[in-house]
Amino acid sequence: MHQPVPHEVATPAAKLGRAIVVTSGKGGVGKTTTTANLGTALAQRGARVALIDADVGLRNLDIVLGLESRVKYHLLDVLEDKVSLDEALVPDKHSETLVLLAAAQSREKDEVDTEKMRALVQGLRERFDYVLIDCPAGIELGFKNAIVGADEAIVVCTPEVSAVRDVDRVVGLLGNRFKPQLIINRLRPALVKKGKMLSVEDVNAILRLPLLGVIADEPEIIITTNRGEPLALRHEGETANAYHAIAARVAGENVPAPSPELKESLMGKLGSIFGGKRA
Amino acid sequence: MIDWVKKMFGGPTSSSTAKERLRLVLMTDHLALAPDIIENMKRDLIDVISRYVEVDRDKVEVNFEREDRALAMLANIPIVSVNRPSPPPQPPAQSGPPSRRRRRKKPPAQSPATAH
Amino acid sequence: MSGRRIVITSGKGGVGKTTTTANLGAALAKRGLRVILVDADIGLRNLDLVLGLEKRIVFDLVEVVEGRCQLRQALIKDKRFESLSILPAAQTRDKDAITESQFEAIVAQAAQNADYVLIDCPAGIEGGFRNAVAGAKEAIVVTTPEVSAIRDADRVVGKLNERGLPIRLIINRLRPEMVRTGDMLSVEDVCEILAVELVGVIPEDPEVIDTTNRGEPIVLDPAARLGGIYEKIARRLEGEMVPFTTFDAQGFFGKLLGALKAG
Repeated sequence: MHQPVPHEVATPAAKLGRAIVVTSGKGGVGKTTTTANLGTALAQRGARVALIDADVGLRNLDIVLGLESRVKYHLLDVLEDKVSLDEALVPDKHSETLVLLAAAQSREKDEVDTEKMRALVQGLRERFDYVLIDCPAGIELGFKNAIVGADEAIVVCTPEVSAVRDVDRVVGLLGNRFKPQLIINRLRPALVKKGKMLSVEDVNAILRLPLLGVIADEPEIIITTNRGEPLALRHEGETANAYHAIAARVAGENVPAPSPELKESLMGKLGSIFGGKRA
Repeated sequence: MIDWVKKMFGGPTSSSTAKERLRLVLMTDHLALAPDIIENMKRDLIDVISRYVEVDRDKVEVNFEREDRALAMLANIPIVSVNRPSPPPQPPAQSGPPSRRRRRKKPPAQSPATAH
Repeated sequence: MSGRRIVITSGKGGVGKTTTTANLGAALAKRGLRVILVDADIGLRNLDLVLGLEKRIVFDLVEVVEGRCQLRQALIKDKRFESLSILPAAQTRDKDAITESQFEAIVAQAAQNADYVLIDCPAGIEGGFRNAVAGAKEAIVVTTPEVSAIRDADRVVGKLNERGLPIRLIINRLRPEMVRTGDMLSVEDVCEILAVELVGVIPEDPEVIDTTNRGEPIVLDPAARLGGIYEKIARRLEGEMVPFTTFDAQGFFGKLLGALKAG
């Protein structure tokens, strides 16, 4: 008897993308900025990247990316099956392979169904190389829902005692599932030199996490957020290059670890003009 | 440095861009937070339009759309029927020369034989 | 008469709520007022750290609520000021360890023996925020002149309006030189967008990080410019008309005269 032709030809299983949550505990240390810039940097390398803003009620990833006027549907619309995922994903203005799933602005964090969130992230992993989840500040339900679908974590810390203390708490809460990597943000080498700010070594002596990157405090960040054009779109400038180096390390490249001494000698008022040689 | 170049060539400052973006995004945020205001607006809109034309109330849709520089309200209001325009109200009858305003005389009723 | 109960909140994290609570509290205490600071950030406490009192914590807010100690046993008296105490948060618990009404009761009790109870609110608008606000009769919203902070502040103002709390605004981390070059929103821009009564403008100051590292409120340093600014905010809260020092735009004296009219 003639065998019926199968409808579908079996395809080899596509490689599952990586789901990385960007968290910190303390607010205002740069999670959203990092998510936007790291996502941009990865997309600039050709990777397919999906960004999820998990900060329901206080969404900001859209405005940092300059996409706030293009958001029609949000995370909860998708989780509640009101629209399809494709209708909700907003293509980035600047990077071709980057999309955003915005948070809901007028809803509450306890309206997110944890299991559906997990399934959503899983579904995105099947279509994208990277799924970056921008975690809200704090350690309440918003945090718990943001980490649920992720299999990796990046913790962002500023060189301040309260931030370090909060990251320490968060690392504890992340548990054994994650091996978080650290980004130190808003470093001011001049202050470190004067002993008025914790150094990279100080922070790491307490946290003892693998260091993914160090980013200096730059006024350009404020300007780029004003305009909604992430700094990582540029390929010159110390901070832009720091994000590109982080993206490369995330992708598994062996980029030399940041050297704070080197940064100190390059930093100064004219730091951004020198252009990054190494992050 | 790139921003400085932008400003040199007369582009808007990043703070004026930020202010404009915030203004618009907050409008959208406020609307998202007030579904009852939108419902009231919709109802009042339908009431006003209904004074002029008959609308299908159940199929009325009101949406807000963001363009880059503006927020616009788009209302889709299906019109069911439009009444024939009625003649303007007549002034009371006067003695003296007839009014110069033309009056349309009602056509004589058609007999069934000629009507189609 | 019971003291004033003010929550210091923002929506966005990292804009300076804790630093403001600590320094404003210290400035009020310096004027001889009795001040109790309450850290409502259960699980991520920092008020104690910023004041350098972390080693003196014996009991915390949750233990008071659970009746395991009296309020006065949990209060830590700051030795540098005659009349400043703090009630620390619990570090190893969750924000759902206490309810809104439990928190309200504690704050009401504290207000019996203070002129001011300042509540340091956690970031966000979740349970911790709701608890913190439940204890308050007034609010101060802290924002920076940055897009995300202002958007979050707007959301919080909306939530506070729902509860009918009078709201005042502090703009923190202003960089006058960036405002001048058009790279940062100005005080006027922020006030126009948020439409809330302004009570203080605090410029960006690298010294602040150092003071929080050392656990020394900046109002203790007579040379520090920022100390004077917190003292002005304290005076405004007390009802005095204090002109705003203008840092931006058309020159110090011109704007100062304008600000005097505004009060």
